[in-house]
Amino acid sequence: MKAQIVFINVFFISLLSFCQVNADYILKRVDENMYSENRIVESSMTIHGRRSSRTITSLSYSVGDSKTYTEYLSPAKEKGTKMLKLDNQLWIYNPSTDRIIQISGHMLRQSVMGSDLSYEDMMEDRKLTDIYDSEVVGEELINDRKAYVLLLKANVSDIAYDSRKIWIDSERFVPLKEELFAKSGQLLKQTTFSDIKKIDGRWFPTTILYKDMLKQGEGTEFKMLEIKFNQNIPEHIFSKAALRQ
Amino acid sequence: MKLAIKLAYRNLIGAGLRTWLNVIVLSFSFVVIIWMRGVMLGWDHQAKNDMISFEIGGGQYWHEQYDPLDPFSLNESNAKVPDEFSELIKSGDLEPILIVQGTIYPLGRMQSVMVKGINPNQTILKIPTSKLDTVVNAIPAVIGGMTAQSSKLSIGDYVTLRWRDINGTFDAAELVIVDVFYSNVPSAEAGQIYIDIEKLREMMIMPESATIFTFRNSEADWIEVEGWRQKSFKELTKQVDNMIKTKTAGQSVFYFILLLLAMLGIFDTQVLSIFRRQKEIGTYVALGYTRKQVVGLFTVEGTMNSILAAIVGAIYGIPFLAWQANHGFTLPIDASQFGMAMSQTLFPVYSIGLIFTTILIVMITTAVVSYIPSRKIAKMNPTEALRGKLQ
Repeated sequence: MKAQIVFINVFFISLLSFCQVNADYILKRVDENMYSENRIVESSMTIHGRRSSRTITSLSYSVGDSKTYTEYLSPAKEKGTKMLKLDNQLWIYNPSTDRIIQISGHMLRQSVMGSDLSYEDMMEDRKLTDIYDSEVVGEELINDRKAYVLLLKANVSDIAYDSRKIWIDSERFVPLKEELFAKSGQLLKQTTFSDIKKIDGRWFPTTILYKDMLKQGEGTEFKMLEIKFNQNIPEHIFSKAALRQ
Repeated sequence: MKLAIKLAYRNLIGAGLRTWLNVIVLSFSFVVIIWMRGVMLGWDHQAKNDMISFEIGGGQYWHEQYDPLDPFSLNESNAKVPDEFSELIKSGDLEPILIVQGTIYPLGRMQSVMVKGINPNQTILKIPTSKLDTVVNAIPAVIGGMTAQSSKLSIGDYVTLRWRDINGTFDAAELVIVDVFYSNVPSAEAGQIYIDIEKLREMMIMPESATIFTFRNSEADWIEVEGWRQKSFKELTKQVDNMIKTKTAGQSVFYFILLLLAMLGIFDTQVLSIFRRQKEIGTYVALGYTRKQVVGLFTVEGTMNSILAAIVGAIYGIPFLAWQANHGFTLPIDASQFGMAMSQTLFPVYSIGLIFTTILIVMITTAVVSYIPSRKIAKMNPTEALRGKLQ
């Protein structure tokens, strides 16, 4: 009897640790797909309003998660606006005023160009495995693709979303859907990833739809028109001086 | 002088319709000016009373970082309740209010709000906070009529509130509207939601914190507390004073036009009198009146128009002004859109000072306007005047 109890305990502890390793393994595989040394992305962001939609195109250069330089290409109203993110600092250059403004503190919580994304959402560069405890809670079919369902619970206090639920394609290891929850468990935002393509040997979602679940509307669609990984990006791009050029 | 007044009165009455036309126009100016100034005074009283009742009490302490015009800085605008305030809070003479930023989603629309945590048992402000003690399956909340109108919420409605706690972590919960109050004070109503302060402190993980403190009594002894700024009643109502000052200055143009019309009539009458009554002027001088006395006689005659106007104005003005004081003047446009503490119906207030200053200003103006054409008399040749020759 005693041996049986010990066996059952060992079995469950092993199962739990397997699940833990499994979740970390899945996230690591996702990182391998999503993370790159650097990348150049030309993208369009379509903000669906209640009455109309508007599309903003931009060109971004990024190195890891710490450095990003973005220049808005259209529409004419936004053209020439540039954004520079260096670690946890963010600057915006507005060509009409010819001024560089640092976005900090509460301003980071504002929406980016009226979209469902905040500057803070863009600034988050900590790895999910560093700030969340993850576990696999099941498997589901998402758009006919088998997906692991991972539940992430925050293990730090200074974080925007207390928990997340991520659906990861079990073969390609790319996220298919993500839900962001409030502390109370209320669903706040949903992100869906689609148009998954193999680029430079890695699977990558080229369309991302961000949706504020408390708000009516169709959300903000982010389409990557062209993406290049591991390019030779000159260092001077990631400087404040580059914003005025 | 008595004779001059008697003569002036007889001449005025003798002029008949011409006098009464002047008097009616002038009386109209009297009534309108007193009414308009009364409306302004009534607005001043109403705005300050409503602000005391619903927002500022007898004065406030603000956290040094608090700026009501910058809602984004609210997260840094609070601190623990200082020990110096403990006794006043316990006695109910000082109420802490915690203010944080939040977002509500009425009918799926996103709307930024200021969430105000307030003691449900407070009695300083007339906000129906006692309803916050209601036991329901959501957080009980009280809103102002302006918020109810803009978010289309009414009593019994549920709405999702999203906020970020002190660590910046998102949280959301359902609110139930337990009461809607109407205060005429946009800064107490528009975009504001009132919930129990203890609940808000728990939601924000900010125990014993507050953003502002409201005094019951404006005569209270102010104590210097580090990190908190004193805001006297006068300072908090300065905006109303400035607005009324601006509006009064704008109204002065209207008073000026009204008086100008009335004075034009009096000036014309005076010029005509002097022109047509040259023989009379000559006779006065022949009888021993000095030129100065004759000028005085005509000036008194002109000024008497304003006295008659005051009497005529009183006949129809007192009932009208009294009726307005009781029923008020309802603005034809939505007063809540002005962003000021202003009720839809303004009740004029007429002080003794207001009535006397108005009468005095009109009388002095009439006297000056009557005197100007009368100066011509001083230059008249009495012999020529007696003969009625044009000069």
